[in-house]
Amino acid sequence: MTRLTVNGAQHDVDADPDTPLLWVLRETVGLTGTKYGCGIAQCGACTVHIDGQAVRSCSLPLSAVAGKQIVTIEGLAKGDGLHPVQKTWLAMDVPQCGYCQSGMIMAVAALLREKPKPTDADIDAAITNICRCGTFQRVRAAIHATADA
Amino acid sequence: MTTMPNIDRRSFLASSAALAGSAAAGLALGFHVPFADGASAAEAAPEVNAWVVIKPDDSVVIRIARSEMGQGSLTGLAQLVAEELECDWSKVSTEYPTPGQNIARNRVWKNFSTGGSRGIRESQDYVRKGGAAARIMLIQAAAGEWNVPVSECSAANSVITHQPSGRTVTFGKVAAKAATLEAPNDVPLKDPKDWKIIGKSVKRLDTADKVTGKQVYGADLTFPGMLSAAIRDCPVFGGRIKSFDAAKVETMRGVRHVVKVGDSAVAVVADTWWQAKTALDALPITWDEGANAEVSSDTIAAMLREGLDAKEAFVGNENGDVRAAIAGAAKTVEAVYSYPFQNHACMEPMNATARWTADRCEVWAPTQNGEAALAATAEAAGLPVAKCEVYKVHLGGGFGRRAMTDYVRQAVAIAKEMPDVWVKLLWSREEDMLHGRYHPVTQAKMVGALDASGNLTGLHMRISGQSIIAAVFPQNLVNGKDPVTFQGLNPTGAESTFGYTVPNLLIDHAMRNTHVPPGFWRGVNINQNCIYVECFMDELAHAAGQDPLAFRRKLMASHPKHLAVLDAVAARAEWDKPAPTGIHRGLAQIMGFGSYVAAVAEISINDKGRVKIHRIVAATDPGYAVNPDQISCQVEGSFVYGLSALLYQECTVKGGRIEQENFDTYNVLRIDEMPKVESVIVPSGGFWGGVGEPTIAVAAPAVLNAIFAATGKRIRSFPLTHHDLKSA
Repeated sequence: MTRLTVNGAQHDVDADPDTPLLWVLRETVGLTGTKYGCGIAQCGACTVHIDGQAVRSCSLPLSAVAGKQIVTIEGLAKGDGLHPVQKTWLAMDVPQCGYCQSGMIMAVAALLREKPKPTDADIDAAITNICRCGTFQRVRAAIHATADA
Repeated sequence: MTTMPNIDRRSFLASSAALAGSAAAGLALGFHVPFADGASAAEAAPEVNAWVVIKPDDSVVIRIARSEMGQGSLTGLAQLVAEELECDWSKVSTEYPTPGQNIARNRVWKNFSTGGSRGIRESQDYVRKGGAAARIMLIQAAAGEWNVPVSECSAANSVITHQPSGRTVTFGKVAAKAATLEAPNDVPLKDPKDWKIIGKSVKRLDTADKVTGKQVYGADLTFPGMLSAAIRDCPVFGGRIKSFDAAKVETMRGVRHVVKVGDSAVAVVADTWWQAKTALDALPITWDEGANAEVSSDTIAAMLREGLDAKEAFVGNENGDVRAAIAGAAKTVEAVYSYPFQNHACMEPMNATARWTADRCEVWAPTQNGEAALAATAEAAGLPVAKCEVYKVHLGGGFGRRAMTDYVRQAVAIAKEMPDVWVKLLWSREEDMLHGRYHPVTQAKMVGALDASGNLTGLHMRISGQSIIAAVFPQNLVNGKDPVTFQGLNPTGAESTFGYTVPNLLIDHAMRNTHVPPGFWRGVNINQNCIYVECFMDELAHAAGQDPLAFRRKLMASHPKHLAVLDAVAARAEWDKPAPTGIHRGLAQIMGFGSYVAAVAEISINDKGRVKIHRIVAATDPGYAVNPDQISCQVEGSFVYGLSALLYQECTVKGGRIEQENFDTYNVLRIDEMPKVESVIVPSGGFWGGVGEPTIAVAAPAVLNAIFAATGKRIRSFPLTHHDLKSA
């Protein structure tokens, strides 16, 4: 058993310690908002926050996250409302298919916590998620809009 | 029209009720299951007709037959229905009817297939009539209750008003009565000048759950007792399984079953997908790779090269005598281009979830073609179609890949080995990369004839390479010819006509098919055809000593819509003025999927030879622009798709198999390389064109022509990573 704290709730997880956090979240904890895209930390669809940092959960074993604070897209907002990034995403219709957007939003939320007014260069460096629909123009605009809100 | 015999409706409601078992599983997950509400409260939430359900609280459910994969047509189609229905847009939600219901109701929703940018353009007439018929019936019901003439009543914003008395009633109050009325025979549609919802950039209807993680994709489905499967198909296309040693993995944690799937694949079924994948990776498999193991990118390229000068070829567009024109030219220009295999690489890997029992098979799947998925389900299940059903979920990307049904067949085949148990088959990214339906591989030999004044007197375009139709819909070949190969090059038609008038023209195709399966890759054949034509037009303009825009314009007098979008981007990009220092421009245009598109790219190249694409101006004439903001989204995204292909993407073949297995070797443009895209929508009215695909085709040639302007280098094979762009 490994004890995890996910979105503030404790879970005792019975899974092989080598299991990537992504699959523990999706298949054991039952939170499917975090997506599988590549399994090799290339695409960022699986991005979650661990102790406040954006991390690609597909390449992080369960054994490495015991005792840490894990936040997924389902727990990003405080209470029933939306996180500021989610609000902007909704207002600006950023997602297309939406599959990569959980990871995109988590990466952006971490960036804005660290740099509340990111420059374009900050965005280029921090947001390396893949979006095959190609929402990048709106992602950039929505990051700036969130920062300016 | 949408008249539905009573007997059909009864059987529809009965079978809807039968869905309750599946629906309950979905509802437990908190997502909307098609028909779950209608089935449980059919009397309270009457279906006015196949397209429109109105509940007593005035909420409106619009049925959408086409799949939503990010392209936004779910919202656009709802706008079309709502426009004619005269309903309150804020009360609209949507649901997918199922393919099984479509068949049971004599295909009342017509085509479910969602590809070729056809979602809106091919269903606009009948979905608008569906909305209009429902409005007529609602007004008729209200007039009947008031005992007044229908002609004295009108509808707006979900309210029916009796004009003389000022009495009003909302749609929800009369929907049950309307549902009992005969559908009207004569259903006139609004004049476009009266549209209130069509043409507005209303927000998408499907965004809220996509920002909170609540949206359930196929990969996220969960059913009680469900098991998960990972699969490996022979990496050499056409190969088979010789043997596998199931005993080596059967005792691994969570493993339930090791299943041979067809002749070529093996799947591990386990409690969780990670367990299944871990066991599959450990499973010893011996392949019989067969003769295709001898094939490589080089052997394929050699086969295509032979086709460039082959005697036999299918003619797609011909006028005049091109050979005489070339023979008599003051100057000829010749160039050979080639285009590689590419994978769709949808963010959500292929998946389907199936349950097989002796008398019923159900599949939940992200599919671009629900009816084809149902047919595949029935075939793989060994059951009649009437005993099968497919439930669609939103797609995590489609791009043409999910028009295929291979993954549905596999899921059903696995489920059939484990009766009564839900099995979710999910491909790994590696499986997805190795078993794509690839962008077809082609080469083109271009020969142009110029007269002494630099006028283009002849053009021969010989395409050599794969036919998608020969592989996917061989029944659609016309005496062996694949008409779709000539996308963007056709002499006439509303789909994809060639935009230039050349006095002596021959465009022909030497079909050379490979064992690597081709598919409809977003943009399909205009992707390479636009590169071949538009880059070669630049070559010809250069050889003639003329400006690329001016050279094209002389050939476009008889193609005013092609010309209009080209002029629109030239004007917006100020083509007639010099570019800022260090910036170089290129342009391209094409007609595809019923729309006219053009682009100007502005790039720079640094001293290391690295291209930076600064700005793209892109124009689209889709005839009618249903939702301009969503068109802009498609245009912006099209440059990411098209430029990712140009910059990075190639699937190479070695030992008969694809070499690239993940995004580390199949790169994608990220936000740091995203140019600023300025979308210019110039709807000229009078026709309906698609917008999901055409713009992709102009992305690469506009940039390539700008690269020539910057470097003097013509890039004729792709991706760009093969080429050194450092200035000579």
